[in-house]
Amino acid sequence: MPDALNEPTGRAATTASTPGERTPDERTSPSPAPTGPVPVAPAASAGLETAVPAGPVPAAPAASHAAPEFPTPPTRAAGGVGTPHLPGGVGSSPTRPDAEAKVNGTFDYASDLDFPGMLWGHTLRSPHPSARLRAIDTTTARAMPGVAAVLTAADVPGKLHYGLIEADQPVLALDQVNYEGEPVAIIAAETLDLARRAAELIDVDYDILEPACDPEEAVAAGNWFRCQPVRLGDPDAQTPAAVVTRDYVVGMQDQAPLGPESGAALPTGDGGIELYVATQWVHSDLEQIAPCLGLEPDRIHMAIAGIGGAFGAREDLSVQVHMAMLALATGRPVKMMYDRAESFVGHVHRHPARMRYEHAADADGKLLYVKARIVLDGGAYASTTEAVVGNAASLAVGPYEVEHVSIDAWGARTNNPPCGAMRGFGGVQTCFAYESQMDALAEVLGLDPLEFRRRNAVAQGSKLITGQIVDAYDPARADGGTPFSPLADMLGRFKDMPVPAVPTGRDIVELPGGTGNTTHGEGVRRGVGYGVGLKNVCYSEGFDDYSTAGIRLELVDGQTVAYVRTAAAEVGQGHWSLQAQIVRTELGADRVELLPNDTKAGSAGSSSASRQSYMTGGAVKAACEAVRELMRGHDLADGPIEATRVFRHRATKPMDPVTGQGESHVQLALCVHRATVDVDVELGLVKVVDLTCVQDVGKIMNPVALEGQIHGGSAQGLGLAVMEEMITAQGRVKNASFTDYLIPTILDMPPMRLRIVENADPEAPYGLRGAGEPPTLSSTPAIVAAIRDATGLALTQIPVRPEHLTAHFGRQP
Amino acid sequence: MTAPLRAALFHRPAELDEALRLLAAHPEAVPVAGGTDLMVAVNYRHTRPAAMLDLTRLAELREWSDEGDAIRIGSGVPYTRIIAELATVLPGLAAAARTVGSPQIRNRGTLGGNLATASPAGDGHPPLLATGADIEIASTAGTRTVPVTAFFTGPKRSVLAPGELITAVTVPKAAGPQQFLKVGTRNAMVIAVCSLAVALDRDARRLGTGIGSAGPTPLTAPDADLIELPWNRPDLFNDALAAEFGRRVAAAARPIDDVRGTAAYRRHALAVCAARALRRVWTAAHGTESTR
Repeated sequence: MPDALNEPTGRAATTASTPGERTPDERTSPSPAPTGPVPVAPAASAGLETAVPAGPVPAAPAASHAAPEFPTPPTRAAGGVGTPHLPGGVGSSPTRPDAEAKVNGTFDYASDLDFPGMLWGHTLRSPHPSARLRAIDTTTARAMPGVAAVLTAADVPGKLHYGLIEADQPVLALDQVNYEGEPVAIIAAETLDLARRAAELIDVDYDILEPACDPEEAVAAGNWFRCQPVRLGDPDAQTPAAVVTRDYVVGMQDQAPLGPESGAALPTGDGGIELYVATQWVHSDLEQIAPCLGLEPDRIHMAIAGIGGAFGAREDLSVQVHMAMLALATGRPVKMMYDRAESFVGHVHRHPARMRYEHAADADGKLLYVKARIVLDGGAYASTTEAVVGNAASLAVGPYEVEHVSIDAWGARTNNPPCGAMRGFGGVQTCFAYESQMDALAEVLGLDPLEFRRRNAVAQGSKLITGQIVDAYDPARADGGTPFSPLADMLGRFKDMPVPAVPTGRDIVELPGGTGNTTHGEGVRRGVGYGVGLKNVCYSEGFDDYSTAGIRLELVDGQTVAYVRTAAAEVGQGHWSLQAQIVRTELGADRVELLPNDTKAGSAGSSSASRQSYMTGGAVKAACEAVRELMRGHDLADGPIEATRVFRHRATKPMDPVTGQGESHVQLALCVHRATVDVDVELGLVKVVDLTCVQDVGKIMNPVALEGQIHGGSAQGLGLAVMEEMITAQGRVKNASFTDYLIPTILDMPPMRLRIVENADPEAPYGLRGAGEPPTLSSTPAIVAAIRDATGLALTQIPVRPEHLTAHFGRQP
Repeated sequence: MTAPLRAALFHRPAELDEALRLLAAHPEAVPVAGGTDLMVAVNYRHTRPAAMLDLTRLAELREWSDEGDAIRIGSGVPYTRIIAELATVLPGLAAAARTVGSPQIRNRGTLGGNLATASPAGDGHPPLLATGADIEIASTAGTRTVPVTAFFTGPKRSVLAPGELITAVTVPKAAGPQQFLKVGTRNAMVIAVCSLAVALDRDARRLGTGIGSAGPTPLTAPDADLIELPWNRPDLFNDALAAEFGRRVAAAARPIDDVRGTAAYRRHALAVCAARALRRVWTAAHGTESTR
């Protein structure tokens, strides 16, 4: 990265300073007053930032509806944290504005919303994956004391369906239910317990049908949301030296955000409504909600409430329309909050997949062709399946050059739980398959798995299977006639990071089985494996996912204060911090105040697809640049300056429906993992002892937040590798609880070694590449490869369960 | 924040006699100590107690005492204290306690609560079975003692009658090495896929086993306990003996397929765990690596 990108241009007297780490004392101080270097202020300022008292504040008040666009004094960001008042520009790791409140328990999550006179909403859900609704009798429930409203599909004020891409999901079931947990009726009552009891009194007459749960059968019957082929060259005309054909199975993973779906709806008294909800994209919500409520969008004010993790689970609507209907029907504030079991059926999941892959190579270890048949189970409703299928198809071979390809990817429609967005978004399933294939083919060829990958790695100027050219790397870095290959470079970086040695005298918590005391070393074998992932950043296939940011710079008590208004969702990734860092770097303001993220701001697009640093980061940067331009010859003492800018990435094209060809992606991000595992081969228990990761992020915007993203993404990939699966039987979820849906603990997740590469993307703000998703792709195949190495088993299904690793014992005489 | 429990009566006796009288008068009241099982069930609405009987003020339930050959553990003693205070005399039970939930759960959860829930997967049960513990049960009619082998009657069912309260568990002090092994698909904080406790009494030349999460109740393995071991020539212990013990333990199990694991895997894992456990206790008892 050229340093120049850190230096704002065209600015008069302002220099941004990016102080290093704060001392522990400062980190724990309730209202830290920075003592390190601080931004030098353009005006005669003391240079110290004003400390805003942190601590609990009420959720965004109803009065904010009438607030001006840039209020002074500022209101507070969603979640009830103080506004940022911390030093640190781009490239530093200032303490997050929400950090202290989240650590000490005072952060207001959406589940903490509380309004005077508030009713509780609850959803009655279908216990059947497939049934016709003969009749619903709500008489007894309505008559129950304390019950304010019981609503069914007949009470939906507007459109009966909604959906992120295709409006196919009923607000409330009409004449049929198509998955277990489909909402049938909603209740508002004085307490949540009363609402739940009332739900039990609703008499639904179901005509139970046999659910269709096999995605292959659905595809055969033409029952799918999208089929996307990719055709390139002529695979059948090739004469390979080695061919590997295998079938792979990926289980249904859940985002398992710790904060359950939650929100509150407040009638404004004039027929309008205010909604506070934990969501990834408030404007997309609004677009879907308004027609269902039969209201013009300007009658609805929406603000993002404190989000307890998302990972894709908050892209689809959950409580939004339901609580709004109940609030409009009762004229009172209504809160809805799912419990853990309801959360597991109240949001979409990662698509389970069945994939058949055929990889062929020539004698020189070059890929000749790849054929793949990919069936993703979309479940009962469309959600984002269409886009997920596009990703699965376009990224189906990973970051490797291959000239002959025949791929068919389907998103099947079944009576299983609806599947949609989850971190990795269609890239995860195929990554497990193609990386497993790369290992298997390397073995047949007698090649080291890294060397085999290096020989086939994409480089600057390479064509992906969609015809898209890899064009974001520095042409000057070509080595003689060989164009620069970021992947080959990354693969080479493991050399100076050796696999950890097996320590002696280990405590049981360092061994497979952990505190279960199952092994003191008996049956333990070590294995090492690699995984490479390629993920698209931002929305693809022609989608215009722009972002909007407004900045107002003004003098307040002699200090320059920058107010930032966006609708971007802080889902825990550190986006609030990032916005403030960009503003400090670009404007050098004494203070940065983040205004509430709501629909009074322009759309920021979704906190999804690893896109928010790129897109809203880009919008904030553009707005800052506009403010700087307006500053020329202007004295802030004469009045504030403000500018709003919309930021767009380069345009993309849809995939050709027959050949899959098209420049469909904005940006490509690479991540490589090496996993070292110890496996108790007799009990089939796995301990991942090391994860080493090389990731290209273009530009390190915030080192600590980046580490958090890589650790978290890797852990989610680890979960899919060895434990996380929503188990269904005939459409019924069997483990909708944290008792039986297991996510990794600190004893499952090893410390990580990270090697961050900064190959700047000239198209992106600061050269950054989206960083949140790629680690989720590559850690899974790396871990499974390591387990294969330890056990010698083929392992084509994830999560790998103990019985997969021990089944061969039963086959012995 | 959740909605308040509706109109549940919450009794808070200060003494055991008062608790027993309250329980006799309100047999519908569900006793609650740590609440680590009960409150999960309430949150999931698997149960909606009309009344609760809080045991946390009953000091006598929160103490343990040395009875000479045995330790009498009050039913309200949390796992954390069993680990911290009883690991030397009751190593098998302490090892099991270490595998219960998270630190927070171990601070709250009690052995009495584990028994009252009577889950086949209860971590505390196998070591009690392996050592032949006794359960002390009180009511206004008096106190009775039930051997742990007779306590469980089915999945989440026990001999505990309405109006009765578990007051203590008497566990014989270890007379030799003990082991507890718990198989789960996560390295901590996991419900047992299966578990196994083995206790060796070197002087009495006796073996005891307890099996968890592999049958409708926690189980013993009497046939495995009777395996002939080379007490007079400890060095003759070998892999074949360990494997035979593993087979007998697996044969005693009555596992099913469920979301946590298959019956076949449970049998296999129990055999592996049993062989390892027996080798560990034998080696520890005789202070020498045996022949292989």
